[in-house]
Amino acid sequence: MTAELGHMALILAFCVAALQAVIPLVGAHRNSARMMEFGDRAAVGQFLLIAFSFLALTSVFLSSDFSVKLAALHSHSEKPLLYKISGVWGNHEGSILLWVLMMAGYGAAVPIFGKSLPPGLKARAIAIQALVGAGFLAFILFTSNPFERLDPVPMDGNGLNPILQDPGLAFHPPFLYLGYVGFSLPFSFAVAALIEGRVDSVWAKWLRPWVLVAWSFLTIGIALGSFWAYYELGWGGWWMWDPVENVSFMPWLAGTALLHSILVLGTRHSLAGWTVLLAITTFALSLIGTFVVRSGILVSVHAFAVDPERGVFLLLLLGIATGGALTLYALRAHTLRDPVPFNATSRDGALVLNNLLLTAALATVFLGTFYPIFIDALDGSKISVGAPYFELTFTPIMCLLILFMGIGPMFKWRADTIKRLRVPIMLTLKVAALVIIAVALLGKSILGALALGLAAWLAFGTVLAIGRKTNWSRAGLRSQPASTWGFAGAHMGVAIFTAAVTAMSVWGTTDIGTLKVGDSLSLGRYTYTLDDVGGGQRDNYNFLAGDISVTKNGRDVTTLSTERRFYPVRNQLTTEAGLHLSFGQTLFASIGEGDPEGGFVVQVYRHPFVVWIWLGALLMALSGFVALADRRLRLPSRREAAE
Amino acid sequence: MKLRGLIPLFGFLVLVGALAFGLTRDPRILPSELIEKPFPEFALENLEGSQIIDPNVLQGKVSLVNVFGSWCVACTTEHPQLMAQRDNPDIQLVGIDWRDTRDAANRWLVRNGNPYDIVIFDPNSKLIVELGVTGAPETFIVDRDGKIRYKHVGIITPKDWKDTLRPLVESLQ
Amino acid sequence: MRWSLIIWLCFAGAVFAQTSPTEQRARDIGAQLRCVVCQNQSIEESDAQLAQDMRRVVREELAKGASDEAVIEHIRESYGDYVLLKPPVQSNTYVLWFLPALLVLLSLGWFLFRQKQSATPASVETLSADDETLLSKLMEDDA
Repeated sequence: MTAELGHMALILAFCVAALQAVIPLVGAHRNSARMMEFGDRAAVGQFLLIAFSFLALTSVFLSSDFSVKLAALHSHSEKPLLYKISGVWGNHEGSILLWVLMMAGYGAAVPIFGKSLPPGLKARAIAIQALVGAGFLAFILFTSNPFERLDPVPMDGNGLNPILQDPGLAFHPPFLYLGYVGFSLPFSFAVAALIEGRVDSVWAKWLRPWVLVAWSFLTIGIALGSFWAYYELGWGGWWMWDPVENVSFMPWLAGTALLHSILVLGTRHSLAGWTVLLAITTFALSLIGTFVVRSGILVSVHAFAVDPERGVFLLLLLGIATGGALTLYALRAHTLRDPVPFNATSRDGALVLNNLLLTAALATVFLGTFYPIFIDALDGSKISVGAPYFELTFTPIMCLLILFMGIGPMFKWRADTIKRLRVPIMLTLKVAALVIIAVALLGKSILGALALGLAAWLAFGTVLAIGRKTNWSRAGLRSQPASTWGFAGAHMGVAIFTAAVTAMSVWGTTDIGTLKVGDSLSLGRYTYTLDDVGGGQRDNYNFLAGDISVTKNGRDVTTLSTERRFYPVRNQLTTEAGLHLSFGQTLFASIGEGDPEGGFVVQVYRHPFVVWIWLGALLMALSGFVALADRRLRLPSRREAAE
Repeated sequence: MKLRGLIPLFGFLVLVGALAFGLTRDPRILPSELIEKPFPEFALENLEGSQIIDPNVLQGKVSLVNVFGSWCVACTTEHPQLMAQRDNPDIQLVGIDWRDTRDAANRWLVRNGNPYDIVIFDPNSKLIVELGVTGAPETFIVDRDGKIRYKHVGIITPKDWKDTLRPLVESLQ
Repeated sequence: MRWSLIIWLCFAGAVFAQTSPTEQRARDIGAQLRCVVCQNQSIEESDAQLAQDMRRVVREELAKGASDEAVIEHIRESYGDYVLLKPPVQSNTYVLWFLPALLVLLSLGWFLFRQKQSATPASVETLSADDETLLSKLMEDDA
């Protein structure tokens, strides 16, 4: 019964969304307050209906109702509570329901938080949001119904895949979607503004906090995914340049450019054209991401089960939504010229450069990800683009960006000169040079030295920018608005991230060998000794376990327990690496095949400072939230506006 | 309407076209690099362990070289097609038993029937890697001079045999 | 299993395993070859059996004295360009390899060119002193 109610709620939500897509648009055109207000109520109503539907699906999973096909395929009565819940979105149908729930949620936020918005703009934005939402609801109802029944009802579910029962993996999709889907609001507002023919600072000021929210969540979502891959997959990597990773990273790159542009538009009244195009592009990339993951078009670890029908539907949805928005942009773009000229050497100029470089970086990731499809279409060749390509092309562009990031914030708005900033720039350069020399001598790596020098350049430049802003006084510090700390934290986060990635790539060490009990491998001053090997059976798998003790210069550091598991029912072999995480480094070991006489294959790693990769990303995300506290980012309430 | 504003739309339409095309392709199927090339060199034991096989066995007769394993479920599905060709005088069936143990392979052949004139035992993928094989079953048609003419990835259905493989074999006689 | 043990022992030494130059070469080559039965991993990273066998082939070739390029070419002859994680620089990948750099150069070029066009004109109306102070205060509040 619950399933049927959930299904009905979805159908109702679709009807509401369809109406919500049309009536407010007409109302805005005719200036009919009643029709526009309908949009407000419909948006909230749509959200409540979908929320009910989502709760219905969750209760199906929690009660282990295996007469519902989705639960039978992806859940199990013995699953712990947390994973029963996360199992709801651990599959195609459930996750797309989560997607529309969030879209409706963000849509409902417009009438709730946007009471002071001009009614025409608000109504149009609500309508566009509903239009896209209706498209996805149709997708669910026609191709991906989560409430499909199963007859006969199986005794128990099928969904006990051990790899998926993991807290990191449970939280990764919700955060990712809060980010991905969050960019639907800028999209809807961009289209609404294009329809109106006006993109101004009121528009930007209202959107700014939402862009910050979406961006921050997306940052957390991507970081969680990367961290999970590192400790779960057990071969020492944290980013594979896998197509599905790339399609989550591309909206982040576009979103970062959007974030900077919209901050400028709100205060400086320029970069309107950039902002609108970026708003459309970011969400278009989210849509492309959804398409790629669910259509089977690219080979990836993450892809859901392949279904060409779904692929076609999603492509149509993507094509109409983005194509429509871009057509509007083509028609109206010329009205969005910048009224205020600015110098290259100014903060405005620096932000334009920021956009250009982020776009180039985005284009590079895009090219690498989709090139196999393009070339297959052109001449039938099968080419693959792996990590080495991205490392050679993407990394230099980001280095260039970081270079400009270090000093860009020091420039004044509108017009400034390098000459005026000669002192701080030279100071930052000297600090960077010192770091480069020190690291080159101590760490014996030119590449590592240059990279760490770059990180130092960014960090020190950021400190100088803050110092100059606050006049190096405590009063100055206290009087800073929240967005200053957002900027400081985010840029520091990038510096930390860069340093950590460098540390791990350049100074990470690994070794592999065949060890009998008592044998050792050494990495520098660390010795890994295979103390004990055991085996046996547990739950639904057989395992081979190794205990590896690590000592540094003879002193005990830790013992790593690693296992190699074989799940006979699924015919699946997994490695559980033994990890010792600390702020200074990660010690890692994994065990492979072998036997007591010949020895076991053991691989050991030492990754310096690797957790700072995710801590840096976390700092970026937190800074985004901190910046929200800035009152200037909020629209005045109706009361204030009336004064 | 300025032309510059059309660039994003145009770029996007190109992308949609490419994606639509991509939907029609299976990214996992690799075309063979070895069409029209001689069968790669190898020297492996046969399943019985009684002799060493090398590419000379492919000379003088059209061969159907089939990669299988006792662990390969799909191979069981296509096996009747191969059994039906066991006594076909125009073709010799050469099996490559991949990543298997002699025991398991023998048991599988007893249970499902043995259509092969020769079975090459390749437990360590030596010939497999030379052939660019990525999974089982995969089948190669080799002409009388030992040149690879065709690669079929996946199960051989009756339709595959009737429409593609049999005409090819006949044309190579 | 016997094979990898022999190879490891050849390169690993008695108790402490050292990374010999040949083994390092094998790993570097392996990192460039795609595991064709996996989803987006190199043969060095993958646990799959075919990946293990391909690693073995790489080491056998190196042991026979082949150069790095020859080993990679050998695998490429069997599996095609698809097995290379780093796409080769050839006529159908020029766009792939050169477009990023081209984009950056074009962007920088456009940026500097645009800047020259719309630079703040020298003749700006001067404001009164009071207005100037008011203006700079307003600008700072905003920034």
